[in-house]
Amino acid sequence: MTRTDTRVGSVEARPTLGRARPFWTSRRRDQLTGYLLITPQLLGSAIFVILPLILVVWYSLHEWNVLAGTFDFAGADNYQALAEDPNLGAVLRATGLFSIGLVVFNLSLALLLAVLLNQKLRGTILFRTLFFSPVVVSLVAWTIVWGFLLQDNGGVNSLLDTMGVDGPNWLRGEGTAMLSVIVVQVFKNVGLNMVLFLAALQGVPANLYEAAEVDGASRMRQFGLITVPLISPTILLTSIITVVGSLQVFAQIAVLTQGGPGTSTTVLVYYLYQQAFQFHHFGYGATLSILLFVIVLALTVLQWQMRKRWVFHES
Amino acid sequence: MSRDLSRRTKLVLYGVLLVLAIPFVFPTWWMVTSSLKPVADIFAFPPQLLPVNPRLDAYRRVFELQPFGQQYLNSLYIALVVTIGTLAVSALAGYAFARIRFRGQNVLFLVVLAGLLIPSEVTIVPLFQMFFKLGLINTHWPLILVPIFGAPSVLATFIMRQFFISLPGELEEAARVDGLGRFATFWRIALPLSRPALGAVAIFTFLHSWNLYLEPIVFLSSPEKFTLPQTLTQFVDAYGGPMWDVQLAAASMTALPVLVVFVIAQKQFVEGLAHTGLKG
Repeated sequence: MTRTDTRVGSVEARPTLGRARPFWTSRRRDQLTGYLLITPQLLGSAIFVILPLILVVWYSLHEWNVLAGTFDFAGADNYQALAEDPNLGAVLRATGLFSIGLVVFNLSLALLLAVLLNQKLRGTILFRTLFFSPVVVSLVAWTIVWGFLLQDNGGVNSLLDTMGVDGPNWLRGEGTAMLSVIVVQVFKNVGLNMVLFLAALQGVPANLYEAAEVDGASRMRQFGLITVPLISPTILLTSIITVVGSLQVFAQIAVLTQGGPGTSTTVLVYYLYQQAFQFHHFGYGATLSILLFVIVLALTVLQWQMRKRWVFHES
Repeated sequence: MSRDLSRRTKLVLYGVLLVLAIPFVFPTWWMVTSSLKPVADIFAFPPQLLPVNPRLDAYRRVFELQPFGQQYLNSLYIALVVTIGTLAVSALAGYAFARIRFRGQNVLFLVVLAGLLIPSEVTIVPLFQMFFKLGLINTHWPLILVPIFGAPSVLATFIMRQFFISLPGELEEAARVDGLGRFATFWRIALPLSRPALGAVAIFTFLHSWNLYLEPIVFLSSPEKFTLPQTLTQFVDAYGGPMWDVQLAAASMTALPVLVVFVIAQKQFVEGLAHTGLKG
């Protein structure tokens, strides 16, 4: 994947006969240019990604009291506190529920919308624009409007009222709060996955369907036996992006539910924020950061492994 | 599955699409129309789809309650600086990783790429401490430096590298044979060809910065330093209840300009963001 096959640099790199080769050969100059060009990115990564990652491990091994100004080595104390944290179960449950709910809702809706937009129909560009538009609406603005609509006397319940249904207080109920946060996030970003699916669907050769039609396969069978295997690389890609993105959810929780009611929507990043920046437990916050990192890493590795198992390869 | 459809199927499809479009379009519609209504009308039943007594009072109060103009400028200039900085860093590094052969290239690329696995939420605690030690808390530096060099720009570098790899090498070779140096080849030949990729990177970088929420609330504490997403949650009355009309007016002013640009350049947005596959 990282192999580079550009041999541009070798064009002038022949040794010149009869003269001593100068130190600054074209190849050496090329190498130097290469190092110079990557320096900003490399230095930046070192300072703002690698160094903080090392520090977060270091901090997690310390008991850090900001108010008293103490920073003492604590060994595995924070990790033991993590294992014994009575909130941890609820936090992991909320994180898992949010991720699973988001991936399932997001991918199925994205695929449904993509299939609908892939029909021979006038005006699909208009609908594509409409479905995509929340992606560019400011996240907090989008969340605030939904918070407004999901209030007890908000727009959603008014709509349900006109249909004779008495809607719940969405953001204040244990079960409905999580559902609401998921749905708000799905409508915000499903347009991205929809567009990726649409591109994948358009890449499926039409003659496959024609052949299946001749063989008398139903639309559903065609979808299951032709479409899904052929777009499976896109399904994998979108699921990775969506899962990793779902673990980073913060603004929606902070604006809509503040982790409540109870701890029912306290996902890991929100808990990390509370511990580090509201309660000033920086050492423990660092430990939670490591947990988040390990989960992101494990899920990414797992999904790449799955790729070998079930993603259809053309070659 | 693009087959010719019967008239009836088409009608059913349009019906389904219209119903599905409601949760995507209605919130934005409701945000803008409600911001023009007096508070009493916002909760009127049955709901008013169009404001009956339109007025701009809420918009005036946005500017009275917060230094909103200043906050708008903050968000705008931070997003612009981050976008330009990210374009520069990622185009340079992406080109070098794609086109120039140098020792340790693959290892260095993997080191940079590792940033994709480390979302900024993981490193927010040490980043806060680092900027605290540097005396840069309650300044815009963290919001500018971390995205330009951290995880978001790593993704940009990756995209730029993929793009430069896909460019045919002949043009550059010809330029090199004509005696153009490596940097001049990059600047005069490769960079102008990479406009689509630069456009995609610019769009997602701008949106990412424009939407940042965790970082501003961690790093900034005084209202005149705030960015827009953070400001939107500040419009509350003495009891902590949201002032809906004012909040929705501020939200409209935050969302509408980007939406307008999107409608004008929707092809670039959709294709650019789809190719980068980034979440906002």
